[in-house]
Amino acid sequence: MLAQFGFGVFVLTFLLSLFSVIAGLLGYFNGSDRWVEAARRSMLLTFPLITLGTLTLVILLVTGHYELEYVYSVTSNDMPLYLKITALWGGQAGSLVLWSWLMSAFSSAVTLRKWERDRELLPWVIVVISVTLSFFLALTIFFENPFTRWWQTLSGDFVLRMFAPGGAVPVFPPDGQGLNPVLRHPGMILHPPMLYLGFVAFVIPFAFAIAALVTGRSDDRWIRLTRRWTLVAWLFLSLGLVLGMWWAYTVLGWGGFWNWDPIEVAPLMPWLTGTAFLHSVMIQEKKGMFKQWNMLLIILTYSLVILGTFLARTGVLSSIHAFSQSSIGPVFFVFIGLTMIISIALLIYRWKDLKAEVEMSSWFSREALFLLNNLLFMGVLIVCFWGVIFPLISELVTGQKITVGPPWYQRTNGPLFGALMALMGIAPLSAWGRSTLKTLGRLLWKPSIPTVLALAAMIALGVRNWIALVGFTLVAFVIFVTLFEFWRGVRSRQKGRGENLFTAIWRLFGSNRRRYGGYFIHISMVVMAIGILGVELYQTTTQKTLATGDDLQFSGYTLRYDSLTHVPGADGSSLTSAVVSVFKDGRLLGKLHPQFSTFPSGETATVVGIYSTLADDLYVVLIDWENISPAQAPFKVVHNPLVNWLWIGSLMFIIGILIAAGPEPDQDDMRSAR
Amino acid sequence: MIMKKKVELLIFFTFIILALSLVPTISVSGQQPTPSPSDDEVNAIASQLFCPVCQNTPLDVCPTQACHQWRELIRQMLAEGKTAAEIKQYFVSYYGASVLSEPPRSGINWLIYIVPPVAFLIGVFLLFMAFRTWKKSATRLVIAPNPRNSRGAEPGSDSTADDPYISRLEDELKKRK
Amino acid sequence: MSQESGISPAPKREVPIWVQILIWLGLLGLLALLAAGLLKARHPIMSVGSQVPDFTLTLFNGYEFNGAAQLKRSDLLGKVIVVNFWASWCQPCAGEAPDVEAAWKTYEKTGKVVFLGVDYVDTEPEARAYMTQFNISYPNGPDLGMKISEIFNRNLGVPETYIIDQQGLLHFIQIGPFQSAAEIQAILDPMIAGK
Repeated sequence: MLAQFGFGVFVLTFLLSLFSVIAGLLGYFNGSDRWVEAARRSMLLTFPLITLGTLTLVILLVTGHYELEYVYSVTSNDMPLYLKITALWGGQAGSLVLWSWLMSAFSSAVTLRKWERDRELLPWVIVVISVTLSFFLALTIFFENPFTRWWQTLSGDFVLRMFAPGGAVPVFPPDGQGLNPVLRHPGMILHPPMLYLGFVAFVIPFAFAIAALVTGRSDDRWIRLTRRWTLVAWLFLSLGLVLGMWWAYTVLGWGGFWNWDPIEVAPLMPWLTGTAFLHSVMIQEKKGMFKQWNMLLIILTYSLVILGTFLARTGVLSSIHAFSQSSIGPVFFVFIGLTMIISIALLIYRWKDLKAEVEMSSWFSREALFLLNNLLFMGVLIVCFWGVIFPLISELVTGQKITVGPPWYQRTNGPLFGALMALMGIAPLSAWGRSTLKTLGRLLWKPSIPTVLALAAMIALGVRNWIALVGFTLVAFVIFVTLFEFWRGVRSRQKGRGENLFTAIWRLFGSNRRRYGGYFIHISMVVMAIGILGVELYQTTTQKTLATGDDLQFSGYTLRYDSLTHVPGADGSSLTSAVVSVFKDGRLLGKLHPQFSTFPSGETATVVGIYSTLADDLYVVLIDWENISPAQAPFKVVHNPLVNWLWIGSLMFIIGILIAAGPEPDQDDMRSAR
Repeated sequence: MIMKKKVELLIFFTFIILALSLVPTISVSGQQPTPSPSDDEVNAIASQLFCPVCQNTPLDVCPTQACHQWRELIRQMLAEGKTAAEIKQYFVSYYGASVLSEPPRSGINWLIYIVPPVAFLIGVFLLFMAFRTWKKSATRLVIAPNPRNSRGAEPGSDSTADDPYISRLEDELKKRK
Repeated sequence: MSQESGISPAPKREVPIWVQILIWLGLLGLLALLAAGLLKARHPIMSVGSQVPDFTLTLFNGYEFNGAAQLKRSDLLGKVIVVNFWASWCQPCAGEAPDVEAAWKTYEKTGKVVFLGVDYVDTEPEARAYMTQFNISYPNGPDLGMKISEIFNRNLGVPETYIIDQQGLLHFIQIGPFQSAAEIQAILDPMIAGK
């Protein structure tokens, strides 16, 4: 009953969404405000409806309605409540529902704002968003229906249907399969929703861009309107990526957090173009330039979002990440094709209307450096895209399967990332319009001194790896330049307004949130780079079977295998857990509990024991594929220097975005300042 | 006379026997069992290979039974004295090129190495050409508001754009138009 | 995607035709690639009735066929070929192994059927141990480079058995283990009856 109700609600939402498309089109072509208003209202109505439908599915999950195939496949009696809720996005069908729900939420938020000034954009924004929403709802209704259930027909066969086939009786399994053990982790609560939030939020600027193209607007109004959406999308996409890294680090037991797996690269690609877009729109807002390029960037970003979703969900790319086989492939392919073709065609059609007089007077102006930023990001994008696509090409052309793995990505992307770091250090000192080598140099020499000192210190401490020397010097460079910029701004406020230090800092950030928030984000990025460099360049690992009481010396630590417990569960699962003591210089630092669980299905889930300090992580895995007994146990130990700076940098990143995306200083503040 | 010859013969044969008795010791030292390669030595090679069946999983961290067998195979091959290159070659011939972490540099695979740098250089070239054209036009242009006044805000052509307060001011003025 | 930065200072120029052509070619190429990838991903196993391309199986030492260390499918034209994919690490394969061997024994002397064991993604020492354990006597060899798996466009699981008729056409596909030797005989007997 409940399942049929839920399905019915989704069908209704789908019809409403289709109506929005038609009404929006009618409204535009007939110039009829009433139709546009009807489209707007029906789009707003989709949100409460879809919330109802999603809630229904959640209730079915939580109450263990295992006669539904989706509930059966992702929940089981032994799962705690919070996991049953998060099981909503534990499989293909449910995660598509989550997509639709988020789309509807964002589109409602967009339509609820006041539209008086931008009335002509509204119909097309509604049309684009509603088309996308209709597509995802269609996927749910026709291809990946979470409400289908098991029936036993008269002939004894088991079939999966939405509604009862003639004469069939419903089947009620007593328990479900349960979520894949690897997914039963706090990371599961956050990583997919964050990613989806990022993906879906990019639809909004895309919709506005298309609306601007269709209506022939050549100004940057669409960018200003969607500036915050872009930031929000970028924030969540970044968080989603970082959470994925954290989850992989603590759950997989591989010792690292990024493997350049194609499904990892898939959401990285829109992040790259999204970052380029974030920077490039600043030029358009300031100087009115690069309208065509910005249009292209947002179309590219959205296309990559959809492409990444397609690749992850249709089995075209093989990966441990991929969803299981699905029937949505062909229709998804058509959606991608149409989206890309129509967007590019529109852009070409309007190309000449978007041109503005381009004034670029200096190679070192901020505009020029922003363009260089875009070039470098596009460079990384091409590397990633090619690395993902090429195995497909190779397999189709030669039949030979190949792997494009970390060594290639690191080697090819390394110089580009290095250049981007250098740019983060130089660009803040450049000025709009005019900047010469001399003016830049005059500003650069001050922060360069501590940078060179940092380099000298590293050499003195014995660092010889040239990549480390270059990398960490660039990190220091960016930090010093950015702090220098902060200091310049603060000083001028102190002198000019007589503010004390703290007020000056506070007001400085408040006065130009985008700029100083952005600088803060730059610092957070290089702090993350510290962690990445530490692990990439200095990670060491060892594997050894230890007898009870034995110890192992590794990277300055001593680990002692103390004991093993093996706890069988009632349903055939078991938990094997070891106690390992960690010493340094003879002092006991703590006890780690690396463990793994095996499940009746044969799958295992690992929990890694990690001893974390600011300087490094000691990462201990109890290996589950070798001979194991209380007398001896095999361990894999990884030493990850500086890795925690990656997570610290991510937290700083969140702070930076909150600064940058915050409300602009209010009018009263402005008036009193004049 | 014959006595001397017998002694010579005796010494000669003793010498031969002594020499022959050394031979077993020489060959025995070649047959001494080498210590079984450690996990770390196996992993050093396994980390450069990918599991042939599991997708994109390096061989040193793959938990399946099959991967365990492959690591033991590497251990055995190391004990036999095979080099890393030989072991990799064996895996490639048995399981295909997908076990390597990078495509072998042959045939169409050269594209994976060539395309990104070439594409980047093309980008640099395009940007360079664009810059030059803009610089040329910039020296001829007078900075003036865009005559094509489309509905909505104008692009800001402020040369005093550095001051955030002035740009805010202009924004406000535009809002009140 | 290509970078379109405005090159000419003269305003209001359309995108040049050659650039447009390049863009569309690139886009269509990408879509074609995705479509091809999608088709491949949906794994249509070679269909019954289609001609099985020729393949070469390099046999393990001691498991040769009539003294030949390598066997081509074309060498066996006129006989029924039972191609059985297995692996030493595969439990269901071990379940069906005695049945497959027993079936082989009943057909070996007729000379009309050849059983070929193809060892999928395995290591030789373990493979030998498996074959010794089940007294396997029919020709066996590793699927070098996974080429034979590619030909059948397999489900990529083991065990899988593909039975080819005397004309080289695929006659029967078995995904998963056989339950008994009789099951195999039920498929093979009609194929060789009266021939």
